[in-house]
Amino acid sequence: MSNQKSGLKKITSMRLFMPIVCLLVIIIVATITIPGFLTISFQNGVPYGYPVDVINRASELVILAVGMTLVTAASGGQDISVGAVMAVAAAVCCQILSGGEVSVNSLAAPIILAFLAALAASALCGAFNGFLVAKLNIQPMVATLILYTAGRGIAQLITNGQITYIRVDSYQIFGSYIGKFPIPTPVIIAVVVVIITYLILKKTALGLYIESVGINGTASRLVGLNSTMIKFLTYVICGILAGIAGFVASSRIYSADANNIGLNLEMDAILAVALGGNVLGGGKFSLMGSVIGAYTIQALTTVLYGMNVSSDQLPVYKAIVVVIIVVLQSPVFQKALASRKAKSQAAKPAAEGGN
Amino acid sequence: MEENVVLSMKDISKTFPGVKALQHVDFTLRKGEIHALMGENGAGKSTLIKVLTGVHEFQTGEITMDGQKIVNKSPQEAQKNGISTVYQEVNLCPNLTVAENLFIGREPRKAGFIDWKTMNKKSTELLQDLKIDANATDKLEDVSLARQQMIAIARAVDMQCKVLILDEPTSSLDDDEVAKLFTLMNRLKEQGVGIIFVTHFLEQVYEVCDRITVLRNGELVGEYKVKELPRVQLVAKMMGKDFDDLADIKSAHEGLKEFIPVVEAEGLGHQGTIKPFDFTVHKGEVVGLSGLLGSGRSELVRAIYGADKADSGTLKVNGKEVKIKAPIDAMKLGMAYLPEDRKKDGIIADLSVRENIIIALQAKRGMFRPMSRKEMEEAADKYIDMLQIKTASRETPIKSLSGGNQQKVIIGRWLLTNPDYLILDEPTRGIDIGTKTEIQKLVLDLADKGMAVTFISSEVEEMLRTCSRMAILRDGKKVGELSGDELSQEGIMKAIAGGVEDE
Repeated sequence: MSNQKSGLKKITSMRLFMPIVCLLVIIIVATITIPGFLTISFQNGVPYGYPVDVINRASELVILAVGMTLVTAASGGQDISVGAVMAVAAAVCCQILSGGEVSVNSLAAPIILAFLAALAASALCGAFNGFLVAKLNIQPMVATLILYTAGRGIAQLITNGQITYIRVDSYQIFGSYIGKFPIPTPVIIAVVVVIITYLILKKTALGLYIESVGINGTASRLVGLNSTMIKFLTYVICGILAGIAGFVASSRIYSADANNIGLNLEMDAILAVALGGNVLGGGKFSLMGSVIGAYTIQALTTVLYGMNVSSDQLPVYKAIVVVIIVVLQSPVFQKALASRKAKSQAAKPAAEGGN
Repeated sequence: MEENVVLSMKDISKTFPGVKALQHVDFTLRKGEIHALMGENGAGKSTLIKVLTGVHEFQTGEITMDGQKIVNKSPQEAQKNGISTVYQEVNLCPNLTVAENLFIGREPRKAGFIDWKTMNKKSTELLQDLKIDANATDKLEDVSLARQQMIAIARAVDMQCKVLILDEPTSSLDDDEVAKLFTLMNRLKEQGVGIIFVTHFLEQVYEVCDRITVLRNGELVGEYKVKELPRVQLVAKMMGKDFDDLADIKSAHEGLKEFIPVVEAEGLGHQGTIKPFDFTVHKGEVVGLSGLLGSGRSELVRAIYGADKADSGTLKVNGKEVKIKAPIDAMKLGMAYLPEDRKKDGIIADLSVRENIIIALQAKRGMFRPMSRKEMEEAADKYIDMLQIKTASRETPIKSLSGGNQQKVIIGRWLLTNPDYLILDEPTRGIDIGTKTEIQKLVLDLADKGMAVTFISSEVEEMLRTCSRMAILRDGKKVGELSGDELSQEGIMKAIAGGVEDE
């Protein structure tokens, strides 16, 4: 009996336990309230249904959450400019593809060139943020507020204040499907991003460095780590990932809409990190937690739409659910829960105390 | 006599995952007594205090205060019940005034606004009453550390505490300040406050305490009257074995036969912290740095190690002139630095023991040459075993280890990098006497094997035991060196005080 107990305890004390439970609860509630929530149908060889929609729509958020996790862990703060950086990347990408025209039906430059240029632009944004935070020691929230406000303006400047349309099929595949392949391209990109990041963290010591710097910067410096460089690096990575997310988002709508691409997505990304059980004050982190958090948020959004909540009221319901989830995961609540458990155990005769 | 009991803890047990921190411990505190809580690191002193103040919950046992059963769920609740704690690190706000610190959270109010006049007046009265030499309107950071500690005590006392817990209050104080603190403690004692005094300094226990409770490995060894327990017996009870005399450990080690310089500093300095100094350490030699707090001991080694980048002078390592811009450069030249402030500069709290041990070697290797899991585990196990680090497992976060064991982890971290030159800045502060001896022995062994060591300690005795040469610092300046016969308690005191000028 005690074996079973300790097995259960092992599972519940795992870091990813609560994030997974939250996701499951949302899925269960959705399955009960929305008829046919879990059904997937095929039309023209392409799967349709709520689960597909959730996983597909969450792609950009997953990519952002990965970057946000690293930034949070290393600097104990968040990068709130990622949404705007997405817009910048999209603008650069589309402007190069269109060759300066407002709307084109053929590409003016290879997609790979535009993609790399977009990444370069977003890496530059990340480097700017990283410089302010790591080198000048400005609070992350304040430092990234600069690009949060200026980013969309910069994107407008790049596109001359217009929405640039790229009406070319070969560009649209990054936001839809590659031929008859049944998995949406954004999902593939998100998975690849997660795997690559995971491998980088695993195969180099970067993961350990980031945690170390996030927990104790001075001690990290004294053991030979370059705290400034490591923090800087996380912001650059976060910028690049925002660029990839921006590329996907612009491909979905085959245009660069500076005012709407990635709008408010930075907040969802931060939430995803928090829902993943990560401490927003930095230190130890769980990449998978954030990824699960991202899917949780997207599931929530999609479910609420499915329950016919209008998009104006959506934030209210989202907030309610988020409050519940965050409280469930808070250390204070968990402690209270643990002490209740201890009490009920103490009520039983102290038979084991004899051993 | 038993009527005077203000606090009693009976049959207290507490387990952490994998560790029995306390097992059926009793503790009794009487009115107007100073009661020392003694034990080695990991004996359960801190846990007992934390259980009492509601930081931790306990599994069995009961706490009664003035005959009433109480359960403290948080330090705030403990405070309400009349139990106050003053920690080694002062937990006050340095940028507020003394008065604000005294009354923070319970400011006198007038029509909803803070009544500054009354607050400053009350503060002044309180300070005068306890004869603490500070102004109510001074900023706390402008007051010396010892006074800050006394202000923390004053705050506790003013909140009508019946039980005052002093957790290692004297660790960062000099003798004069300790004396002042003791006067204050005795005054409180007269007022009927029961004081629990946690310390590692035996002399202080015998100077000020009435009773001693000794813990070992989470179990109660016993409660004794100070007068009835000679020092040697106390130490034996703490360690659980007969205590071999420390004084002789050095004699077994031979002197240096040849002098091969490992580190040579010439005119090295750092603006504002340490004036230019010359300093040489040879292979196999333990050189001490002595001086009062703030004399520049730590600053000198920090300039060598690159923790503060030197802005003047030259540094040679193994005969070659080098430029050190950051600690990583020094590490690559074979240096290792155990910093003075373990909590702030040493441990990386949330990381595991394993990660804390390997982090320096990993940093030295670089990001793209990560250690394999197996390599890390072997390294961690090796030093856990060699230094006898008490930890539930190698994956336990270092923050849940006791202070001495944390220090051992940090020592292991640096030994793993296999340094030629090891800098130890107060490696034994806040550490029990058994571990202290172990560390001292280890230092001498390492030197025997050819390591150059610089050893900094506030305890002259300890320095005499380990060092063959000693540099003296005063007011941010190296003022001289002692060796051979000059190395005596008296000689050092004189030199620190200004007897030996070396201009």
